[in-house]
Amino acid sequence: MYKYVIKRILFLIPTIIGVTLIIYFVMNLTPGDPGRAILGSGVSQEDVDAYNHAIGYDLPFFQKFLNYLGNMFFHGDFGISYVTKQSVFNEIWPRYITTIELAFIGMFVSTVIGIPLGIYAAVKQYSATDTVASLVSFLLAAVPTFVLGLVLLFFFALKLNWLPSYGIPDWTGYIMPTLAISIPIAAQNFRFTKSSMLDAIHQDYVRTARAKGASERIVVWKHVLKNALLPVITQIGLNLGVLLCGAVVAEQLFSVQGIGSLIVARITLKDEPVIIAGTILISICFTVVMLLVDLIYAFIDPRIRAKYTKKRG
Amino acid sequence: MFMIFQKKEANIDASLYQGQSKVKEIWRRLRKSKGAMIGLIMLVVMAVALLGAPLFVSYDSAINQDFSLMLAKPCKEHFFGNDGYGRDIFARIIYGGRTSIGIALLATVASCIVGSMLGAIAGFFGGAVDNVIMRSLDIFMSVPDILFTMAVVYALGASFTNLIVALTLAYFTNYVRLVRSEVLTLSEQDYVEASKAGGAGGLRIILSHIIPNAVGVIIVNTTLNVAKIILYESTLSFLGLGMPSPTPEWGQMLSESREFMRNAPHLMIFPALAIVITACSINLVGDGLRDALDPHLKS
Repeated sequence: MYKYVIKRILFLIPTIIGVTLIIYFVMNLTPGDPGRAILGSGVSQEDVDAYNHAIGYDLPFFQKFLNYLGNMFFHGDFGISYVTKQSVFNEIWPRYITTIELAFIGMFVSTVIGIPLGIYAAVKQYSATDTVASLVSFLLAAVPTFVLGLVLLFFFALKLNWLPSYGIPDWTGYIMPTLAISIPIAAQNFRFTKSSMLDAIHQDYVRTARAKGASERIVVWKHVLKNALLPVITQIGLNLGVLLCGAVVAEQLFSVQGIGSLIVARITLKDEPVIIAGTILISICFTVVMLLVDLIYAFIDPRIRAKYTKKRG
Repeated sequence: MFMIFQKKEANIDASLYQGQSKVKEIWRRLRKSKGAMIGLIMLVVMAVALLGAPLFVSYDSAINQDFSLMLAKPCKEHFFGNDGYGRDIFARIIYGGRTSIGIALLATVASCIVGSMLGAIAGFFGGAVDNVIMRSLDIFMSVPDILFTMAVVYALGASFTNLIVALTLAYFTNYVRLVRSEVLTLSEQDYVEASKAGGAGGLRIILSHIIPNAVGVIIVNTTLNVAKIILYESTLSFLGLGMPSPTPEWGQMLSESREFMRNAPHLMIFPALAIVITACSINLVGDGLRDALDPHLKS
C-alpha cells in the first residue's frame, strides 16, 4: 500500500512540471517582451535588449523554461509584475488564499446540500422531495455561475438589500459568492449521488440482504451507501476544479479580491507573469486535492487496496 | 437447394430492415419522452430563428447605437427593449446566439473528433502509447478548464477561430477518457477477436467495428457537451474574453447589463433566459437520447 502512496506522491512532480510547461508555452506565444513592458515605451531599444539579456529572456525556450521552473521551485520566485513592478508572488499570495478559501467553503456547502439530498431522493424515489429536487437540479444544470450570481445580486443586494454587493466587508460578504459557486455543484452532486445510489439499490447483493431479512435501515446504511458513495468521493475532488473556475467568475461578479479577479484584470493590462503564476498556483492546488482524493479512495476501496497488497506479496 | 437460397435472401432482407429499424426504434422511444420532444421543438424553433435571422431582423439594429432609445422598455418595435447604447436587445440576442451557438457547435465537433481519435488510439494500442496519452491527459486535466481557455484566448487573441481552438483544447479530454474506456470494453468482444484473426489491421478494426459500436455513447455525450460549451463560451464572454466588441454575445450582454440592473432589469432578463432556455432544451434532448439509446439505464 505504501508503494502506491509513494508512487502517487512522486507523480505529483512531473504533473506540476507538465502543467507549468503547458501554461508557460501557451503564454510564450504572445508577442511582446518583459524589457519593453517593465521599462516602458520611453526607453531605447538597446536598454530594453540589455534588460532582456540580463534576466535571460533572450535564451532559447527550454532554457528559459528551466530557469523559470528552478526559480519557482527553489525560491518561490514567479518574476516581476509588468504592471506593479513588484514581486508577483507577494502580490498573488494573499489573493490566492482568498480564492482557495472560497472554493473550499463552496466544496463544503455543495457536498452538505447535494449528497444527503441525493441519498434521500434515491431511497424515496418518486416522492415529492425527489421530484422537486430532480426538477430543480435539472434546471440548475443549464444555469451558469455568473447568471446565478446576477440573480442573487439582483434579489439579495438590490431588491432586499440584505447582503453587500461589493467585496467581503464581513462574513455576510461570503454568502453570495459561495452560493453562486456551490449551488450548481450541489445540483450536480445531487444527480450524481442519486444515480450512483439507484445503481447500487438495484444490485443483487441488496436483494440478497433484503431477502435474508435485513431491515431497510441496515440495507441502506450498510449495503447501499458503502458502495454508492465511493464514486461520489472522486466526484467531490473533481468538483474542486469547477469550483475554482466558479470562484474566478464569482470574484469578478462580486468584486472579491481573489486570484481570479486579479487574472481577469491583468489580462487586459497584458501582465503575463501574474497570469502565468496565478494559473499555475490554482492548478497546483487542484492537483494536490486530486492526489488526496486518490489516496483516500485507495484506503477505503478494498478493491484497490487488494490490488496493491497482492502485488507486494 | 431452392429452399436454402430463399432462406438466405430472407436473411439479407431482415438484416437490412434491422439497420433501419434501429434508428426507427430509437426515434420511437425518443418520441415517447415528453421532455425530449419539448426540447427538440424548442431547438428547431431556435435553429430556424437563428439561421433565418437576416430575413426578419437586420444586423445593423444589433450594432447601431441610437441614444434616443437608450434603456427603452420592451415595446412593439423592439420586443425585448433596448440596451445602454440604444441597441435592439432582440436583434442582439438573435445575432449573439448565432455567434455563441456557432462557436459551441464547432468546438464540440472539433473536440469530439480530436478526443475520440486519441481515445481510440490509446485504448486500442494500449501499452506505451496508452501510457503516454493518458499521462499527458492527466497533466492537461490538472489545469481547471476556464483558466486554461482564458490563457489560450489571451495568448492567441480573441477571434471566432481562436475561441473554437481554446474550447476544443479544454474539452477534448472528456472524449479521450470516454472513448478509451468504450474501446477497452469493445476490444474484448468476440467480433473484434474474429476480425483480428481474419487479418484486419488496427485502423480497420477501429473504423469498422469499434467506432460504430461506440457511437451511441459518443452522440449522447456530444449533445450534453454542446450545452456545457455554450455555458462556458458565455462565461468567457462575460469575463470579457469573448469576441471583440461590436459583435453581440450573450455573456457580454449580461456583463454590460450589470450597470443598469437597478433601473433596467430587462437588459439582464432576456439574455439570461436565452442562455438558460438553450442549455435546458439541449439537456432535455440529450437526456432523452440517452434513455432512448440505452433503455436498461432507465430502470
